[in-house]
Amino acid sequence: MGIAEFFQHLMNGLTLGGIYALIALGYTMVYGILKFINFAHGDVLMVGAYIGLFLFDWLRGDSPLGLWTLVAFFLAMIVSMGFSAAIGMFIERVAYKPLRKATRLAPLLSAIGVSFILSNGAAWAFGTHSRKFNYPFDNSAIHLGGVVITPHQILILVVSLVIMIILKIFVDKTRMGKAMRATSLDQGTAMLMGISVNRVISMTFAIGSALAAVGGILIALDFKVYATMGTMMGLKAFVAAVVGGIGNISGAMFGGILLGILETFGVAVFGIPTGLKDTIAFGVLILILLLKPEGLFGKVEKEKV
Amino acid sequence: MFNFFLLILIYSGIYALMALGQNIITGYGGLLSLTQAGFFAIGSYATAILTTRFGWSFWATLPAALILSAFFGLLIGLPTLRLKGDYLAIATLGFGEIVRNVLNNWDSVTRGPMGIQRIPMPDLFGFTINPYKKYAFLVMVFVFVGIAYFIFQRLARSRMGRALSAVREDEIAAQSMGINITTYKVFAFILGASVAGLAGSLQAVFSLSVTPGTYTFMVSVMVLCMVVLGGMGNFKASILGAFIIQLISYFPQLTGLSSVIPPQFKQILFGLILVVMMIWRPQGLLGREETRYGKKVAKSRKGGAR
Repeated sequence: MGIAEFFQHLMNGLTLGGIYALIALGYTMVYGILKFINFAHGDVLMVGAYIGLFLFDWLRGDSPLGLWTLVAFFLAMIVSMGFSAAIGMFIERVAYKPLRKATRLAPLLSAIGVSFILSNGAAWAFGTHSRKFNYPFDNSAIHLGGVVITPHQILILVVSLVIMIILKIFVDKTRMGKAMRATSLDQGTAMLMGISVNRVISMTFAIGSALAAVGGILIALDFKVYATMGTMMGLKAFVAAVVGGIGNISGAMFGGILLGILETFGVAVFGIPTGLKDTIAFGVLILILLLKPEGLFGKVEKEKV
Repeated sequence: MFNFFLLILIYSGIYALMALGQNIITGYGGLLSLTQAGFFAIGSYATAILTTRFGWSFWATLPAALILSAFFGLLIGLPTLRLKGDYLAIATLGFGEIVRNVLNNWDSVTRGPMGIQRIPMPDLFGFTINPYKKYAFLVMVFVFVGIAYFIFQRLARSRMGRALSAVREDEIAAQSMGINITTYKVFAFILGASVAGLAGSLQAVFSLSVTPGTYTFMVSVMVLCMVVLGGMGNFKASILGAFIIQLISYFPQLTGLSSVIPPQFKQILFGLILVVMMIWRPQGLLGREETRYGKKVAKSRKGGAR
């Protein structure tokens, strides 16, 4: 493998991983606070992608590729983030909040129900065929040395990098971010310190869902939009979150990128057939659970009685 | 029409087997497994391949399907059940997708998306159990349901059932009582997997052909719904749940409204059942089955002395 080829695969892995990281953040944040896997996260991603697609097509109309299409794309993305955040908060309010004191199994089962309602509701409302999300720019490849980069890949890298930096600043520096960290450490104590835990949880769902919408839109440019697109993406993003140490925000970012790179190199270098590409993430999950179940950056939690 | 009703009954029986398995995993063990469809597929394909390729009889493939499903259950259960948390749910969700992926892509063995046709009908003492004559098949399926129900009911009242209930209620307390929690969890998971494999075998000789499209995530969710609707921790309720969910599932065809009701109707309803049951009636329609000892405890708590 030449050096150019290596950088080519690295680039492809990084862009795929950037999207995984965006989605993994939603899982990890919710898990950090509520200790529960939000099975509907992947389906929120799908809804976000649909909203983005419809808005972009409507805003764009017949205008040719240019500055306006790019602006329309970002407008559509921002509005879709808002909608998805609202949907995420609504789901939490209706399907998870009443179950906060129930058995451990109850919110999980409810989440599976929500996931099923969303994906099948979308199939019913928008049809089972897949829709194409048109590129808002000319996506012809750029040659850099021996490496081929598409503008789409640059978009993914820039958007995911910007969003992750903003999120990191938000969680580390703002009051709300501090409240979130406190809630994830100890809900009871956080409440005693005057933090409105309900608001923190709502906010967490809103942020996670908005990020999922971005991930959905970015992936939709390559893979089309359909009702069950969220299942596999959600699953892989969850694996990414586990790899990085679930509950750990930086870990999720790293885990996502690592998984993207592993997948790309697994197919391109180690000759895993494309049809079995999805198995790689699963193998990674089993391996990490066997060798380092707390994830690469997770803390081992001792349980006290 | 009557024939159609028999078909629903047969499918209810096949799904009841899977629901019984799900109940021992989820209802007793408190573990969320999302891959009865995966084991169902493994059982079906084991029977389909062994009968068509190697000329085995159906009865010989049954133990093979059981053991193969149990083996895969062990393979996923062992790494994920050692840990706290809900890794099993996500690992099993992935496993179901992988199984379908492999069935679709491993052309030389599974014939890919086309599936395997012309599976021979099972013989018993020279009598062919013909799926077109549905009575015989119905009897066969319910004999299996009866056996599985009997075995599971016994197990649930044995040391194992009590250990699982303890693990579900409080892992740490159970562990300090000397219960090896991982062993019991893995055992429950394997049991649930193997009975789903058995259901798969029956499905293969009932439809006489297998295609990967049959074994979607929806099957797993349906089975989960059966257990939740009937009542977790109650085997009778799982069977009842299987009947109700199958009736709902064939409701459009039964009433002749399939042109009016959209095909996603039943899936959306299953999702709603899960959410609504969890919020308003988490114990399910029938509720958890109390052991005689448990009833006595409850009574003494309520009535005070003795």
